Amino acid sequence: MIRKYSVLVSLAVLAVVMLVPFVIVTLNAVRSPQDYSANGPLSLPDGLYFDGIVEFWNRVDFGGKLWNSLVISGSVAVLAVILSVLNAYALGIGRVRGRVWILVVFLVANTLPQEALVYPLYYLSKQAGLYDSRLGVIIIFTVIQSAFGTYLLASVLGRFPHEILEAAAIDGAGKWRALWRIVVPISRPTLSVLLIFFFIWTWNEFFLPLVFLISNENQTVPVALGVLQGDKMMDATMSSASALLGILPAVVFFLIFQRTLTRGVTVGAIK
Amino acid sequence: MAVHAPAARPKAVREPEPRPRRRSTGGYWVFLLPSAVLFTAVILVPFLMNIGISFTRWQGIGDPRWLGIDNYTRLFADERFWASFRNNVALIVAMAIVPTVVGLVLAATLFDYVGKKFGPRTASTLRAAYYLPQVLPIAIAGIVWGWIMHPRYGALNAFLGLFGAEPRSWLGDPGWALPSVMLIMVWFQIGYPVVIFMAGLQRVDPALYEAAEMDGASWWRRFWHITIPQIRPEIYVVLLTCTIAALKVFGPIFVLTRGGPGGATLVPSYFSYQNFFEKANVGYGAAIATVLTLVIIAVTVFFLRIQDNEDGQS
Repeated sequence: MIRKYSVLVSLAVLAVVMLVPFVIVTLNAVRSPQDYSANGPLSLPDGLYFDGIVEFWNRVDFGGKLWNSLVISGSVAVLAVILSVLNAYALGIGRVRGRVWILVVFLVANTLPQEALVYPLYYLSKQAGLYDSRLGVIIIFTVIQSAFGTYLLASVLGRFPHEILEAAAIDGAGKWRALWRIVVPISRPTLSVLLIFFFIWTWNEFFLPLVFLISNENQTVPVALGVLQGDKMMDATMSSASALLGILPAVVFFLIFQRTLTRGVTVGAIK
Repeated sequence: MAVHAPAARPKAVREPEPRPRRRSTGGYWVFLLPSAVLFTAVILVPFLMNIGISFTRWQGIGDPRWLGIDNYTRLFADERFWASFRNNVALIVAMAIVPTVVGLVLAATLFDYVGKKFGPRTASTLRAAYYLPQVLPIAIAGIVWGWIMHPRYGALNAFLGLFGAEPRSWLGDPGWALPSVMLIMVWFQIGYPVVIFMAGLQRVDPALYEAAEMDGASWWRRFWHITIPQIRPEIYVVLLTCTIAALKVFGPIFVLTRGGPGGATLVPSYFSYQNFFEKANVGYGAAIATVLTLVIIAVTVFFLRIQDNEDGQS
């Protein structure tokens, strides 16, 4: 009996330890600077104080950063899914010649560190006039994400029931029509999981956006918050407010997409 | 990073078996054209350029000057380069090895003990708590801890002060910076293996556990002889993806320490960034990035090989 509960209690203590950073950041984000200097960071705040969050929001134009992150991650998610579908259609269903080697190329592209691409991309994007633009970052991440998407989708579409496609061919549907009218609608569950993953992965990216989005009006949320670290203007409560603003969108996405993501576990396991 | 495709990844590593049936394959290559163009421009050409640049001295402007392998000989004699890889090994321990070991114990306890004795809801609530840090962008995870460990106003010093400890600059002290970063990465990473391993355990036939229990096998024996062998594929995938993530780690180092103090937390990724964009040693930075790429490819091949061998034996 004692042993039964001691296991549960130690697991619960660990869970609390994991959650403490979220709680402590939130407590101090809604604490007034006066309260902080009087009581320190550990007590419950005297009252709810949102001025720190509002002031930080306005100072960095956080709304603009959210918009940039949304535009970049949303565009990448949609475009990368389209690109992955086209590739996977040719590889998984079309079985084009050399498909194993093409898949290996996508797999290698998927594991390459961005450090090995960053300087040439920086140089080339300057030449092409895409440096410090959201479009440049969108193009780069569309290609990077579709490397993984192609790899995953090609194996899913490799098990696509051929009878359906043959029936469509008999009805006179061309390859293009069969793709949009049959393959895409039937693969919708997998595609929506992929869409969400691409969105969240792109939202979370830091290295390439840091290099490419140098002007304030183009920066994404993680980059804007990352470059402010160590800023002398940031006091205890405002730093806390900035951390909270970085946490919130991620937790919101997690709550919204949780069901699709858990469904993704079974979708990914389609035999 | 955060939010991986849980079961999607293990599947993705396996090669789909081609169907023996031949079908007409003409005309499908057209669908690869957009990707072919974009891949050439965004991955292939930059990758080859980077290798080319690594054999030159270049400031980023003007013409690169051919050096041959000088950058590489300099690199292998550079103490900072070796230090950056030693630090990277520490981060592999923190991001791959510790989370895998702890994740195995946690997942097995939640699945085989908590789930059965207290119900699946308790197990999934605890799992969600362990997983929450994983939903953060890794750079934001760094920002959260940068605040907690702040020497002047952070919560950690305030908390330890309750027990009479002296305030400390966790990330500014050469002896403490790397252990502090490691601790942060363990916190960030631990939920990923827990979720993947618990998903893998769903597959295991409950009769195996029941039979072992009836034979009077202890929890640890069941863990060792059933859980681990049964979810071996997931263990490989977690070790591989986490090791690669550790080799690529940049965001937390950038926001927490910038590789400091005195190179105590320097990693290859940040080292190459410094040479590219702060010191304008583009050739040297490209050489570091090329070596990092080779290490990552070697690690990937190594893992896929031992996984294939295991598959062949069973």
